Amino acid sequence: MTDRLPLRDLQFLLEDVLQMKEVLQEGPYADHDVEGLRSMLEMAREMALEHFAPIADAMDAEEPRLVDGKVKLHPAAGPALQAFVDAGFVAAPHPAEHGGLDLPFAVHQCIQALFAAVNSPLLTYAGLTIAAAGLLDVHGSEELKAEWLAPLIEGRFFGTMALSEPHAGSSLADLRTKATPQPDGTYRLKGDKMWITGADQDFSENIVHFVLARLPGAPAGTRGISLFLVPKLLADDSGEYTVENDVRVAGINHKMGFRGSVNTVFSIGENQGAVGYLVGDENRGLHAMFHMMNEARIGVGLCAAALAWGGYRHALAYARERQQGRPVSLRDATRPQVPIIQHADVRRMLLEQKAIAEGALHLVLFSAMLVDRQRVALAAGDQAKAASVGLLLDTLTPIAKAWSSDHGLRASSGAIQVLGGSGYTRDFPVERLYRDNRLNPIHEGTNGIQAMDLLGRKILAKGGGMALMQALQDAIDRGSQEGPQSRVHAEQLSKAVETVASLTMGLAGVAQSDGPEVLLANATPYLHLVGHTVVAWMWLEQTMVAERQLAAGTGDADFLRGKLASARYFYAWELPKTAVWASVLNPVERTPLDVHADWL
Amino acid sequence: MIIGVCLKQVPASDSRIKIDGSGAGVDASDLKMEINPYDEFALEEALKLKDAKVAKKVIVLTVGGSDSEQRIRDALARGADDAVRLDDAAFAGSDSLGIARILAAAAQKEGVGLILAGKQAIDDDNSQVPAMVAELLGWPQVTVVDKLELDGGSFKAWRQSGGGVRDVVTGSLPAVISADKGMNTPRYAKLRGIMMAKRKKIPVYDAAALGLDPASVGAAGAKVTQVNWSEPPARPPGRILSGEVPSMVKELVTLLRDEAKVL
Ligand SMILES: Cc1cc2nc3c(=O)[nH]c(=O)nc-3n(C[C@H](O)[C@H](O)[C@H](O)COP(=O)(O)OP(=O)(O)OC[C@H]3O[C@@H](n4cnc5c(N)ncnc54)[C@H](O)[C@@H]3O)c2cc1C
Repeated sequence: MTDRLPLRDLQFLLEDVLQMKEVLQEGPYADHDVEGLRSMLEMAREMALEHFAPIADAMDAEEPRLVDGKVKLHPAAGPALQAFVDAGFVAAPHPAEHGGLDLPFAVHQCIQALFAAVNSPLLTYAGLTIAAAGLLDVHGSEELKAEWLAPLIEGRFFGTMALSEPHAGSSLADLRTKATPQPDGTYRLKGDKMWITGADQDFSENIVHFVLARLPGAPAGTRGISLFLVPKLLADDSGEYTVENDVRVAGINHKMGFRGSVNTVFSIGENQGAVGYLVGDENRGLHAMFHMMNEARIGVGLCAAALAWGGYRHALAYARERQQGRPVSLRDATRPQVPIIQHADVRRMLLEQKAIAEGALHLVLFSAMLVDRQRVALAAGDQAKAASVGLLLDTLTPIAKAWSSDHGLRASSGAIQVLGGSGYTRDFPVERLYRDNRLNPIHEGTNGIQAMDLLGRKILAKGGGMALMQALQDAIDRGSQEGPQSRVHAEQLSKAVETVASLTMGLAGVAQSDGPEVLLANATPYLHLVGHTVVAWMWLEQTMVAERQLAAGTGDADFLRGKLASARYFYAWELPKTAVWASVLNPVERTPLDVHADWL
Repeated sequence: MIIGVCLKQVPASDSRIKIDGSGAGVDASDLKMEINPYDEFALEEALKLKDAKVAKKVIVLTVGGSDSEQRIRDALARGADDAVRLDDAAFAGSDSLGIARILAAAAQKEGVGLILAGKQAIDDDNSQVPAMVAELLGWPQVTVVDKLELDGGSFKAWRQSGGGVRDVVTGSLPAVISADKGMNTPRYAKLRGIMMAKRKKIPVYDAAALGLDPASVGAAGAKVTQVNWSEPPARPPGRILSGEVPSMVKELVTLLRDEAKVL
């Protein structure tokens, strides 16, 4: 039987390739050991299959509804989330002093991958709550934390992020929601928010919205945005949360996918104004939000990778069972048909999905592990190390988000193709996984925005280019000392890195001579180019470990050969695509720059 | 009161069993093991009694080698307070009676006032051990229980006795109760439980620690020996019918009646 969620895929990355035990040795994660974390993953897998997977179709088919101004979710959603909360998955990533378990971020991402692969929309509610608690913990006053942190970490209250507005999505600088200070130190908020996930639901005791808004007289743009905590229910005199705040879901957005997670038009303060509390300093709201940005964007990349992985595992199971046609060399209709996995073209499709999904999972977990390494370095007081890890992390984050979601979607589409007509029906989950995955290039900063962030800010302005080149060179040096396939890939990677390096230098020149407009015009192919190079690096790392384990006779040989085949596939079929992207970057191909809006 | 839960590890129910070289045992090298599913009901019942403050402590009793520690830790992670692993070279080759002697001795040593066990282990399907433990201890026993209530020193147990008839059995503690499916829904561990379980010491008792005569257990004390194992006959290949639907239906019905004899 084909395992739908093989833990081995995650363990190989976490334990063998990424050497998780290194971050467990000291500092914040020292209470954990590899075996205990493995048990947690086992439990997560079981719970994902028993509680999240069986209701995913129903949650997709029966969308959330607005009844008398209140959102009603599918009735199975609440109990499944409760099981997730009860097991401790919401609390786990938080510090022990607040009732958490100091779970490494990379491990928590693995846990989330198991749930996301089967039912991402449901996981989103918990993900937002974890992010909200993290935001409050880092930026909230002691007084605010005393009231709101524990219920979020315990999963009694759920959290939301209310940033976007109808006219301010990519450009948060334009947001208009207003916050007016009150004599008692609280604020009254008024404004219209758009696209707010989970702004109402019927299973948590209360909802805590984290809202971006402007204070009177605040400077225009991003430097005039503050962060507020706005509860759905306020405490009455006896301390019970019974008093309705002035917030209302004005409508539900009917989406292509991700239907199990309610997405809303959210109206704040239509009447007297919603009561809110300032989180962090005035006008530093976007800064506070962006503090969490790496984690949030890695989370989206993870979701995309997990959906690609879930679809691939489904397609693989199907291809092993579905009988259709005969080998080209044996077109004898009296012979039985063969499982479609015996056709090379089907194996090609499966390899493409595997190379993308397992490459993206690796990139996302590698980035997540950088978050952990940064925390370990900070705890040890090693500022220099924390800064260098942080620079690589900042540089990889837009890639982890955008590459995983763009190419992950390609894998999701490939899973449909493997199933043929069945893949296009709602009798199989692959079309849902595709629709769900289509969100990931859009939210948490569109992939276009990620590309500009990568090239303009991370690579050039912050000097991330150097950090990335060093990391790549280090992998090439190590790879060229390893087994035969690793040596070949190290050589191939080295050529790709040369291309990236010379193009990046060229683009730095363009920035000087032609300005940012020209520089950033083709940022998207630049992200694909660097993304493919980085994922090739990931596959080199997996190749090194697989070759070593095969030579030593440890591990499952078929599993390891599958890794080597996927790496070969990626280097032979994907890496050469970088030539096309390179061709529009040097010199900058100007058609998109020059074409007039009227001509299109 | 202390509740003892007899817990055995068995091959996962979806594993493919291979016979080992001796021909009289299982090749366990590639097997994924799990807690015997019926023992999970017993454990859950014990944990519920603890949650309800009827029991003070839940202790897991496992006869097994160090490879069973992972399953014991799983039980600790779900909320069992303690566990003892019962292991001695002299225990090897025990039959049901030998295992029962070891468990009974451990239960006495730990001052257990109620033993919960699964109604059977899904590997050997013998269903003998709980009854033997009860006999050795001189305690009452109820098998195949799917509902249990305790009241002071007495218990009331519900069991399915076939044909839709339900028995209600009352008796006094200490007792041995063996659990059936449907008794409860076993809980998941909590992440915190998993972390705590890692730190717990699991004492290992050998024959001497249990005050057992080595000749009464293991191969030496066994009245039953397993001589030969064989694979079940290979399943005959399936058949795919072809032709028009009405005629296929007819053929299918005939085959189900005359060949498969299921109609
Ligand atoms: C299902 C879903 C859930 C969401 N959940 C939340 C949530 O919980 N909270 C929240 O605050 N928001 C949420 N969002 C909002 C999401 O983050 C925005 O949709 C996203 O940031 C894009 O904004 P927009 O939709 O206004 O598109 P626009 O900003 O209008 O973008 C349209 C297109 O123009 C491009 N573009 C825009 N500006 C530029 C530029 N300067 N240069 C080049 N290209 C540009 C974009 O890349 C995109 O392709 C959610 C969205 C969806 C669809």
